[in-house]
Amino acid sequence: MNLKLKALKKSLWVYHVSAGSCNNCDIEILDLLTPRFDVERFGIVLVGSPRHADVLLCTGIVNKKCLERVKEVYEQTPKPCVVVAVGACACSGGIFRDGYQMAGPLNKIIPVDVYIPGCPPKPESIIAGIVKFLKELK
Amino acid sequence: MANNKKVIVPIGPYHPLLEEPEFFELYCDGEEVVDIEWIAGYNHRGIEKLSESKHYDQVTFLVERICGICSTSHPIAYCNAVEDLCGIEIPERAKYIRSIIGELERLHSHLLWVGLAGHFLGYNTVFMWAWKYREGILDMFEMITGNRNHYAMLRIGGVRRDIEDQDIPVLKKTLSEVKDKIKMLTEAVLDDPVLAARLKGIGVLKKEDIKNYGAVGPVARASGIDIDVRKDDPYAAYKIVEWKVITTESGDVFDKAVVRLLECFESIKIIEQCLDAIYRKKGEICKEIREIPEGEGIGRHEAPRGEVFHYVRSDGRTTNPVRHKIRAPSYVNIPTFKSSCIGETISDVCIILAGVDPCYCCTERLAVYDKDKKKKIYSFQDLVKKSIEKTEKIKKEIGKEVKLWKKLL
Repeated sequence: MNLKLKALKKSLWVYHVSAGSCNNCDIEILDLLTPRFDVERFGIVLVGSPRHADVLLCTGIVNKKCLERVKEVYEQTPKPCVVVAVGACACSGGIFRDGYQMAGPLNKIIPVDVYIPGCPPKPESIIAGIVKFLKELK
Repeated sequence: MANNKKVIVPIGPYHPLLEEPEFFELYCDGEEVVDIEWIAGYNHRGIEKLSESKHYDQVTFLVERICGICSTSHPIAYCNAVEDLCGIEIPERAKYIRSIIGELERLHSHLLWVGLAGHFLGYNTVFMWAWKYREGILDMFEMITGNRNHYAMLRIGGVRRDIEDQDIPVLKKTLSEVKDKIKMLTEAVLDDPVLAARLKGIGVLKKEDIKNYGAVGPVARASGIDIDVRKDDPYAAYKIVEWKVITTESGDVFDKAVVRLLECFESIKIIEQCLDAIYRKKGEICKEIREIPEGEGIGRHEAPRGEVFHYVRSDGRTTNPVRHKIRAPSYVNIPTFKSSCIGETISDVCIILAGVDPCYCCTERLAVYDKDKKKKIYSFQDLVKKSIEKTEKIKKEIGKEVKLWKKLL
């Protein structure tokens, strides 16, 4: 296995990008940190800057205003990084796909590795998605 | 504002403090904040326009996705608006179930706020506690509606699902457990000397400020104005059950926390009464609506953050609303920053911004900017000018046509 990937898998540092979402996926992501789910026991930590991150958790439709910002955040993240699309909006556009402000879905803008559908996905399914991906990563 | 002496501190749009992408510019003189600017639009999704292309029943799902935290407030207000348009009264059981869902949502939203406020102040214990106890409420939601958030319970004419009799004792038991936990949390937060020293006298909004900015919800109630749609213009079951409006006087961030925490107990009181009222009784939960007549209707709901207002117009021929206007509570609460932040230090601004419990994704509006000239393309004056120009144009065209017509004759 590539040394960089091995280091990446040890302890995932996550940066949360909310790009025109309804706030619900964001709250479920925050919920992951709290006592019921507590992902810190797996070494997963939310960090304050994309420059420290291994994983980008992206939510929302990516509207025209935050399009540039999302690209910028992706460029600032050290590679290799994992991009996770959380929620129906990030995966496909969901109920907003016909809207005039829609610039996404996310895979049009940056390469996406993991899709976690659901409106909003339950915290369990977010954990399951990331764990599944880590197992596949070689 | 481009004064050389002032330092601009940008916050956002992607900032560890904010869940949502938002952009604030703080103009500072030393430690003191002298002005604040707010740039919106990172969450704009064009919901009002989308709603015009969807069926009346689909719009309930769309408005639910305006905001994830108050995700049943918008459907309640929208359904109230359409029912006002049709002039129908919903069945009594549906009224109780609507109130239960609305109040459960208030509980989870207020606990969420208390947790976040604790996090902003550096009290991560409060954050973890509040969010842990909130899980109990989300479990109740999952039991009643099948989802933790975005419940899809509302329907024009009533509610979509009934609450089963066998669930009600379990719900009441969970509720009483949650009540004990909230009581413990309230006492811990309100008795803490550090929190009191940090929050009292910070970000004060006076009664005049509230009236000038038209602020609503807990922000107004913390300043001693007892504005509450549930009392002022009762809908659902709020007229039938016993409860009172919580107000405090001083209007600082501490009082906003007090109002929110005490409101939790009122909510629990309402839910308990509603559950008792529907226990072992049968009844219709939804009225069939075949046609939406021509006309317009308004609907209001007291969301956890204040009054939500929906306006719907129908032309009676199509299955979509012709116009759908939404006003979320944060839209009027956010401008109060201008009055509450100025004069405070940077370290306090964070909790003042969080103090009104702003929900940006409800509020987002759109303005079109010229990238090179850096100004709004369509400001209000421009729109007025455009309108006048169009009238002139039409006048001229009609003039021409009139002449043409005369020639032909």
